[in-house]
Parts: sequence; C-alpha cells; structure tokens
Amino acid sequence: MDKNINIKVKIWRQNGPKEKGRFETYELKNISQGSSFLEMLDILNEQLINEGQTPVVFDHDCREGICGMCSLYINGHPHGPDEDVTTCQLHMRRFNDGETITVEPWRSAGFPVIKDLMVDRTAFDKIIQAGGYVSVNTGGIPDANAIPIPKDKADMAMDAAACIGCGACVAACKNGSAMLFVSAKVSQLALLPQGKVEAARRAKAMVAKMDDLGFGNCTNTGACEVECPKNISISNIARLNREFLKAKFKD
Amino acid sequence: MTQINSKIPEGPLAQKWTNYKDHQKLVNPANKRRLDIIVVGTGLAGASAAASLGELGFNVLNFCIQDSPRRAHSIAAQGGINAAKNYPNDGDSVYRLFYDTIKGGDYRAREANVYRLAEVSNSIIDQCVAQGVPFAREYGGLLDNRSFGGAQVSRTFYARGQTGQQLLLGAYSALSRAVHKKQVKLYTRREMLDLVLVDGRARGIIVRNLITGKIERYSAHAVVIATGGYGNTFFLSTNAMNSNGSAAWQCYKKGAYFANPAYAQIHPTCIPVHGEFQSKLTLMSESLRNDGRIWVPKKKEDAEAIRAGKLKPTQIKEEDRDYYLERRYPAFGNLVPRDVASRAAKERCDAGYGVGSTGLAVYLDFSDAINRLGKDVVEARYGNLFQMYEKIVDDNPYETPMMIYPAIHYTMGGIWVDYELMTNIPGLFAIGEANFSDHGANRLGASALMQGLADGYFVLPYTIQSYLADQIRVPRFSTDLPEFEAAEKDINDRKNKLMNINGKHSVDHFHKKLGHIMWDFVGMARDAEGLKKAIQDIQALKKEFWADVRIPGSDETVNVELEKALRLADFFEIGELMAHDALDREESCGGHFRTEYQTPEGEALRNDDQFSYVSCWAYQGEDKDPVMYKEPLEYEFVQRQTRNYKS
Repeated sequence: MDKNINIKVKIWRQNGPKEKGRFETYELKNISQGSSFLEMLDILNEQLINEGQTPVVFDHDCREGICGMCSLYINGHPHGPDEDVTTCQLHMRRFNDGETITVEPWRSAGFPVIKDLMVDRTAFDKIIQAGGYVSVNTGGIPDANAIPIPKDKADMAMDAAACIGCGACVAACKNGSAMLFVSAKVSQLALLPQGKVEAARRAKAMVAKMDDLGFGNCTNTGACEVECPKNISISNIARLNREFLKAKFKD
Repeated sequence: MTQINSKIPEGPLAQKWTNYKDHQKLVNPANKRRLDIIVVGTGLAGASAAASLGELGFNVLNFCIQDSPRRAHSIAAQGGINAAKNYPNDGDSVYRLFYDTIKGGDYRAREANVYRLAEVSNSIIDQCVAQGVPFAREYGGLLDNRSFGGAQVSRTFYARGQTGQQLLLGAYSALSRAVHKKQVKLYTRREMLDLVLVDGRARGIIVRNLITGKIERYSAHAVVIATGGYGNTFFLSTNAMNSNGSAAWQCYKKGAYFANPAYAQIHPTCIPVHGEFQSKLTLMSESLRNDGRIWVPKKKEDAEAIRAGKLKPTQIKEEDRDYYLERRYPAFGNLVPRDVASRAAKERCDAGYGVGSTGLAVYLDFSDAINRLGKDVVEARYGNLFQMYEKIVDDNPYETPMMIYPAIHYTMGGIWVDYELMTNIPGLFAIGEANFSDHGANRLGASALMQGLADGYFVLPYTIQSYLADQIRVPRFSTDLPEFEAAEKDINDRKNKLMNINGKHSVDHFHKKLGHIMWDFVGMARDAEGLKKAIQDIQALKKEFWADVRIPGSDETVNVELEKALRLADFFEIGELMAHDALDREESCGGHFRTEYQTPEGEALRNDDQFSYVSCWAYQGEDKDPVMYKEPLEYEFVQRQTRNYKS
C-alpha cells in the first residue's frame, strides 16, 4: 500500500544557458507515494513560492507519457528508475522514506540547458525537417487500401513509430548519439511501401543533419535501448546502418 | 438585432460542399506567394492546415507554445479516427456517419457542416496512409477497424492505443517537410497573447517569447486559431497541463463570438481522482468499452465493504453485479455515447453504489473478454493502456477490474465560425477543437481527430481562399502600425499588473479553487441556483486572484508562473461565460445536463421549440454582462428525435 514519505531532492539549478549551475537540496515532508514524480515537483514549487523563492523550471505537458515533453535525469537514469515509463508516469512509490533523490537535466552537447531542468531539443525537429517524412502533398492520394501491407511489417513500423522524441536515448548515451531517434523514424518509413521510394535519400539526409548538429557516434553500448521509455529497439539502428550503406553504395 | 450569417451553400445536403468548391473564389499561384497566413497551434488542425497552406504556396507563419510542434495535445488521443469507408461491409456510409454525428451531438450541430465532415472523412485516411501512418492491419494487409460509442458499425481506424500520436506525427512530418521547403516558418515556445485588428480585419498577433520573455509582433493577411479547447478551466481534466483557452479568449475580447461555451464533454473512462495534490486526470480510451463491461455492486452493503477495503471486486458474485449500462441501454450497452455513460456512472455513485476509497469510481471489467478471447488478444488490443493504468494505480487490470470515473475531456463549444470556418471578424479563422462547429452538444468518440484533420487538410485550404481572393492587392503589413503598438502596450500593462501584485498565494492555489467551483456547479449536473452561485463565486475568486497572487522571478526570462497566471486570468472569465450559457440554456442536451430538465427515467430532456439555436456570445467590455445572439438551427434533412440508445 502507498504511504507518505519524507525525502530530500537534490536539484540542478541554472539561471540561463551561459550561467554557472549548482545543485540545491530541498526537503519535502509527507509526500504520498501515490503522487507522480512531477506532482512531487509541483509540491516543491508550491513550497518554494510560499517561501518567496523561485520555483524550479522543468518541461512537462501531457502527463500521460506520450507528448515527450518531460525529461529529467533522476538518480542517474533518464526518466528515473522505473522501466518503460516517462518521468510524468513515474510514481513516488519507487522511492523510499528518507531517500535523497538527485535530479539533473538531460546532459548532451545536442541539448543545451535553457534554465534549471529545461533543455533545448530543437535539434530533433531539425533532423526530422531534413528528411523524416514521405514527400506527399495534401490531396490526390490513392485509396488507403490500394497498397496492402503485411501485418508484421505494419506492426514493426508501429513499434518504431512509437518514439516520442523525448531525447532520453541521447541523454543515456556516453557519446551523446541520436542514432536511436533517427533510426526509429528511418525504420518506420523504410518498412512501409509508401516510405521506401525515398528511403536512401532520407537516411543520408537525416544522418548528415544529425552529424552536423553535434550529436556523437554510436558505439553500440545499448544504453539508449535500456533507458528508452517506449522500448524502441536498437535493431532499428542496424536497419538504419543498412539503409545508409545501401544509399552510399548507390552513390 | 445582429443577424448571424452562417453562409451555408444552397442545394441538397449531399451537393452543398461540391457546389461550394465548384463556385468558390481561388487565389492564383503568383498571388499566393504574396499572402501571409498566421496559424496559431500545431495540433492536428494547426499542423495539417499550416502544411497544406504552405504546400499551396501561401507564406505561412506557424506558432506553438511547446518546444516542438510534435508535442501538441492531439498527441494524447488514444482510441481512433472515424471514417465512412465501409471497409468492413457492415452498412456504413457518408450519410450514416453524418447521421450518427448529428444524433450523437443531440441535434445541436449544423447539418451542412457535419455532412461535409463525413464527406471528407475518407480522404483523411488515404492521406494519413500515404504519409506512412502505421494504422492497424489485418493479416491480409488491409486496414482494420473497431467500433466506438454511439455507432452500430465499425468505422474507427486506429494505431494501437496511440492513434492521436501517429496522426499528429503524420501531420508533423508534413509540416516539417513544408518547413524544410521554406513554405512555413516555425515559431516555437511562443504564446499568443492578443489578436491585432486593423480596420476591423484580423491582421496579426502579439506573442510572448516564453524563453526570453520578450513581447513580439507578427502581421499577416489572415489569422487562423487552432489552439484547442478550454477544458482546463476545471483545473483537473484530461487536457495537457499547458492546454489553455487564452488565444480563443483574446479573439472573443476583440469581438469574435464565442459559441455554446456550456457544451463541455465529460469522458466516462478516466482514472479516478486520488488526492489533493493531483495535477491532472488520465484518460483510459473509450475503445476499452468494446471489450470491458462496466458495473457496480448490486447491494449497497457490498459497495460499502469494498470502500472500506474489506471486500475485493473479484469476490462479488456475477448475480450481485449491476451492469447498469447493459441494463439501462440494451441496444448500445457499454457503447452508449460519452455523456450518457458519464451521467449513468454519476447516478450510481450518488446513489451510494460507487467503489474505490472515495466511492467515486465504477468498475471496468475485462474478465469476460479475457475468458472469451484469451489474455493475448486483450493484450494486443489494449496492452499499452493496461500498462499505463498499472503504472499509475499500481493494480493489475488483467486480474482485478479497472476503476474509472468521468472527467472533463473536450469542449464542443468554441469560437463561432461560419461554413467557411471564418469567425465574424473578417480574416480570423478557427479550426479544430478551438471552433464550435461540428459536434453539437456532445462529441462522439474518434471524431475529434476526424474534425481536426478535416478542417486542416481538406476544408480550410479551400475556404480561406474565398477571403484571400479579395486580399491580393493588399500589401504586407508593418508591425509598427499604431494598432500593434496599442496591443503590445495592453499586454505589457496586464503583465506588469500581475507581476506587481506580490500577494500570498500561487497561481495553482487559485486555479484549484476555480476547478472546484466548476466541477461542483458547472460540471456533469447543473441547475439554475448552482449556476448563479458559480457566477458569484468565480467573480469573487477572480477579485481575490488579482489582489493576492504571487508570481516570483522576472518577466524577462522563462517564468512559468507568469504564463500560468496569464492563462488563469482568462480561465476565470471563460468559466463565468460557461455558467452564463448553461444558465441560459433551460434544457438538457448532450453534455449539458440541467437537473430541472430530465425525463422520469433521468434522461436528458431537450426543448427543440425554444432552444434549437447556437448561442453566440459577444463581449461587451470588462465587468459588463455579455450579449447573446442566436443562430437558429434549422433541420431540413434530418428529423429530430429523442436520442434512444435503449432499443
């Protein structure tokens, strides 16, 4: 059964991208284990506001694990110690009475800190803009059932498409690589006949943009897959490498 | 008396949209390049509109409050999207989808708009498949369908329990391509704070850059609002934390009519409230009602024992369970529309049969489905929803029934628009949930995605040209015009006033109080006395807020408390208008239930003679009562009936 716990949270505070950051430790009493991690931060912020201090800035929105807005490196894990959830779905029952919880922003060259725990992930949008789509205009489209797609292929594409673009893979990677994110999109579209037409061009353009934006190389440590809240498989990276090599051979 | 002109085209229902398109004015390619369009919002409606308008050659500026367009709350829609494809050969048609939507909306929507929606629904599915949206498929490789509330056919396309995500990512990919091709310029982490009118036409917006705190001005030939609904007035809702009604509210304050504000949808299947610290409510998809059976104990003493923790639901014998939806509505059973299912749950809980520690919950039970289909099939259909439930509640729904309770989910009301999706302000358009147009008094499941994408891909790109065709000689606007100057000054004054209050309480403190007033008096069951009290209470709370809110920090950087305060200031006013509208509408229809107006069996009692209209509220100034104009709803093609889901 859920009970109430007393905890300390050690949180990274940083006023702006160019300013020096520091850890601050705050005490919280009587936190219900039924509350979510972000509700715990809401309670902390309420406490800080009442004490006349500035609240902690963190990104969040849907609070049901799908928008990809929340982040946070909690006790050394992106999205915290629970498996297959985002920070917003992490609940305080995963923590113990008296525990000190360390909370940091995503740390990666590709995601500069904006303030406190909020980082800039526009690099992901730029990678998608480089080619993460099927080039079709609105309208003039054949019937949806005109091209049958084998169920297993459609299911695999869906597995890859489940990526929420949160950036946990980059944060987890010692090289700060974005390969899992890029490969998920490349795989989803390469698996479907609609996306096959541009598969080579897409793989090259997205990889080039990723390199250009300062993300690191993949050395197959597999940390990204372990930490991904949506279970995106590193087999997608293998598929991306295949697509990329095929494209390069064609050149 | 102001006449409301909805500009419905002439002709038979099925010909109206074709006739409109055949005869509408268009803008030629060379002129499109000279016309700027602002689109606010990047959800299904906003992203699909921005991408489609960009592809056509217009110069599009697209704004969102999140760090990326892909985060818009459309992403959280779970169950699916309706279309009249009739792939399952079960008797569906454009007319039937139209009819179900009109009936589901309790005959409070425009026939012509809804028919058009049903008509373009099929193109949406084609479009999404072409974009690479991985819809669920059968082994033969063709698309799979499932059924949803308020329909007797299976017309819902889905991508596991995350259809909204996949459709939004499809629209986002189209938008990203348009950004790459420089057809659309993207402005993220920008919040619209005002609409700018020049000579009575919408010509620009004022936004706050949420990172730098700077106020920025943008001008265009037309402005499109796609900022979703105002469900967060209730504090606790299924909306995302940052979803808000402010952009729409600024339009209202600049003269746009706000239509049917009282029509809010309460979704029957949400995870129940668990404590005071709760920040939002999580939806469990309506698709669960395909296989889950809803029940409460038949005996009060069993319900009491469950609430006290002395009895488990699995210990209640079959004959001691009350499957109240199947009992009351044999024809539709667990698949009645949302408003009906929500009220039935409230009725049982109010009567003392509720479960959970608070007594405000009912069971959604999958044991029959698991016995019939096997755990694997149930897992394949709903696995991610079951996982989400378990993570939040710490209970395994494969073994013990889920607990659910209704919560605010969607707002059918919104900015008034005509058939062309233009508001009464020339050049100002509203699409998706932000407008009021297609769902009447209640929206059917899997129809929000349909409407958002219909508006963005297939309706607005046509109808906006009718307006812009007259604007081709109008040069681009400077943001130095006095109208922009004045709007920016108003914003700064408002912002400074908030920053200087230095009161004692946080924004959330007031928002939670507003939420309680809304839920108690403007929620699932309303009456005149309660609504009058709500109006007074909201006014008092609003005064208290403006005297006692505390916003720490500076406005020249990220300041989340300031963002929330600006939104809450509008939520007070939205809540008040909702109560006004609910008070005026002396009937029960769809999501609007007045306890004074019900049948002996407790069903909603509509009054078509007196209330068959769209209420269009017009702002009259600070602290003045708004004026209401009526757009009569004439039913030429459908015979209005009392909704019947029993037989």
